[in-house]
Amino acid sequence: MLSRSNALRLHVESALTGRVASPFRFQQPQPVTASMGIPALDQLAGGLPRGCLTEIFGTPSSGIASLLQSALVARTANAEVCALVDSQDSFDPACAEAAGVSLRQLLWVRCRNLDQALRSVDLLLHGGGFSLVALDVSGAPAKLVRQIPLNFWFRLRRTVENTSTILLVLSRESHAKTCASLVLRMERAAARWSLRDCRYPSREFHTPASLLDGWTTTAEMIRSSSQRRNLFFIDRAKNTDSANSSSEIAHFDLHSNHFPPAASAQNERT
Amino acid sequence: MSFTALFAAVYVPHFILQAIGRSEPELRTHPLAIVDGPSPTFQVIALNRIAELLGVARGMTKAAASQFAQVTIRPRCIIHEAAAHAALLDVAWSITPRVEDTAPDTLLLDISGLASLFGDEEKIALEIVERASALGMNVHVAISANLETARIVARALPGPTIVPDGEERHFLETLPVAMLSPSLELAEIFDRWGVATCKALTSLPVLSLSECVGQEGVRLHAIASGKGMRPLLLAEPVQHFEEWLELDDAVDDLESLSFLLGRLLDQLSARLSARAVSIAAIHVHFELQPAFDHAFDTSRDLLRVKPAPGTFSCMLEMPVPTRDAKLLLKLLHLRLQSRPPGAPIQKIQITAQSSLARVTQSSLFVPTAPDPDKLELTIARIAAVVGDSNVGSPQLLDSHQPDAFQVRKFSVASAGISDSRSIAQSVSTINSQSSAVTAIALHAFRPPVPARVQLQGNKPTLVFFQGRSGTVLHASGPWRTSGQWWEEKPWQEDAWDLEILFSGEAQPPRGFYRFSYDGMLEKWFVRGVYD
Repeated sequence: MLSRSNALRLHVESALTGRVASPFRFQQPQPVTASMGIPALDQLAGGLPRGCLTEIFGTPSSGIASLLQSALVARTANAEVCALVDSQDSFDPACAEAAGVSLRQLLWVRCRNLDQALRSVDLLLHGGGFSLVALDVSGAPAKLVRQIPLNFWFRLRRTVENTSTILLVLSRESHAKTCASLVLRMERAAARWSLRDCRYPSREFHTPASLLDGWTTTAEMIRSSSQRRNLFFIDRAKNTDSANSSSEIAHFDLHSNHFPPAASAQNERT
Repeated sequence: MSFTALFAAVYVPHFILQAIGRSEPELRTHPLAIVDGPSPTFQVIALNRIAELLGVARGMTKAAASQFAQVTIRPRCIIHEAAAHAALLDVAWSITPRVEDTAPDTLLLDISGLASLFGDEEKIALEIVERASALGMNVHVAISANLETARIVARALPGPTIVPDGEERHFLETLPVAMLSPSLELAEIFDRWGVATCKALTSLPVLSLSECVGQEGVRLHAIASGKGMRPLLLAEPVQHFEEWLELDDAVDDLESLSFLLGRLLDQLSARLSARAVSIAAIHVHFELQPAFDHAFDTSRDLLRVKPAPGTFSCMLEMPVPTRDAKLLLKLLHLRLQSRPPGAPIQKIQITAQSSLARVTQSSLFVPTAPDPDKLELTIARIAAVVGDSNVGSPQLLDSHQPDAFQVRKFSVASAGISDSRSIAQSVSTINSQSSAVTAIALHAFRPPVPARVQLQGNKPTLVFFQGRSGTVLHASGPWRTSGQWWEEKPWQEDAWDLEILFSGEAQPPRGFYRFSYDGMLEKWFVRGVYD
């Protein structure tokens, strides 16, 4: 019986050769992705996957809020409706609007504590219809965020599955673990301070003060289910110098929006 | 082609009972008697068949009717009758714009030319009965080419009745002459003459009748013959939708209140559907049960209980007009949960502001957006968690003051999602995304965190905040802004961008912060961290 089914399978595969690759192998459909607004990251991770949970973590001044802002710029520019659940009421609308976020297309939920944020994001996801739902717990006490059970993240992931909603979680540490389809770690490199000299003093510049032009951020892809990457820290000791690890890192520049640089941004990928 | 006028009469039998039954459907299957009159001599003015079989009779005093324990006695409620009459008018106007408001329980409709819309006369009559039933009323409908014939037949005969053209006299002849509504004096005269039926009246010669009783007799003779005509006195359509409910026992729990509100909203929604309009906003008004003033001991200073407020109102505005009663109930429930009335409720009044229903046409290239009804409910639920003022879309204020913004109500319509032109503009923006710079975001601290700053030569060198201390590696500033100097509370702020190296084992060791010096308070604050 078994040999007959094997023979039948071989027959079908040979008949479909050249037309259908691996007709009997189940292929996980690739999630549809959306741009993060940062080309280096889009190239690294393929964009933000829709219908999945994406986690971005990093220390303060690592660039996670800027990444969120960039994603909001990209989504609202595409006339999509976004929602931001702000656990510590830390979103700056002035900065966001200056960066290009269309505030009219953004639903902002200003929470006073983590519990309100978790309940709000649950209600938003069940309500549906949003292109991007971001949960910012980076300002919440780390001790409280660590107490969020894993099944909560799993439940969030299941809620957005089979929808076109991007669920983006920003935190200081990785919490969603395997529930996240994409995990990025952000780390800041050297900052750029420029000294602007003016021959004639001007009201616009306070010479000889230096201005924060920005800094370079390194984004490391810890996990990507679309590219079947495992947790990086497990293989770190082995793969530090390997070519594979270098393809999981991207560098990009963040700029102060008050004084845009003369040259356009150069996004590098090592 | 000759035009034949056609009229329909709609009559609500036992109107007072049906008005109560519309508000309290459970009473329809119970013995019910309605009392009215000057206090304390209330008398039974209406009762249903079940109460009649038990022995209650019209004209009986309230005290006598109370002897029948199973019978529910209700006072006459003009409010319920007005609501029922308004609902009946909505039914009529949903059929034709030419309606005469003849009596609280009777309407006359001009249904000429409606065959192409509804079908033949029988279908029109059934449609009227069905629509009235949807609003909680059983009606008699009569259709005739003669206005007065239709009116009388509707009052006399149950169910839909079609009076064929030329058969009006035949339909009327067996009916009592009282159905013609003669004056008291004329009724006495007819009684003396032995004229009991319309047939008897029509057998009298018109000339003699005119000489004996005057023009009123001639008019009634013509009506009884099926020839009496008069113009229809058209009523102006009114766009006022209101439902009332008066309770015998005040309600103090939200669940019971939700049940009653749901019933009223269903009725309102049905009325608005009949008129092809939707609800843009609802205004809910409660009359609260007055609280008793507790007696207090003057020898001790006890807290005196203030009387509860007499009324409570709340308004619910919909982002898009809707007829979904369930959605309205859920939103109202959330609103009352966050702001309860504070006392038991005796009377409920809901007024709906009508508007044309929204027309939407999906587009292939417009990204999906939240459904407005679902979004409204989601936002209401979130507002119940975080507060009304903490959910919405941010809007910057016209001010240079830091953190000058407000949160306004979010809606898909105000987001301008459906504008295809804006989509096209947005697409061109996407194409330039690849060359755009990525801006740094500020992770704001609200409220700003107090800090201590050591200066050297007017430049910050050491900072202390949130239990940490650090050395300033780079400083950019000060950037002075000020405003509202002409008002009572001017502001002045010197902003600094600082790169700080924290001492000890603080993680992370470095960070970029926005500091500000408040010139009015003469204090340092941390506005946020660049992240």
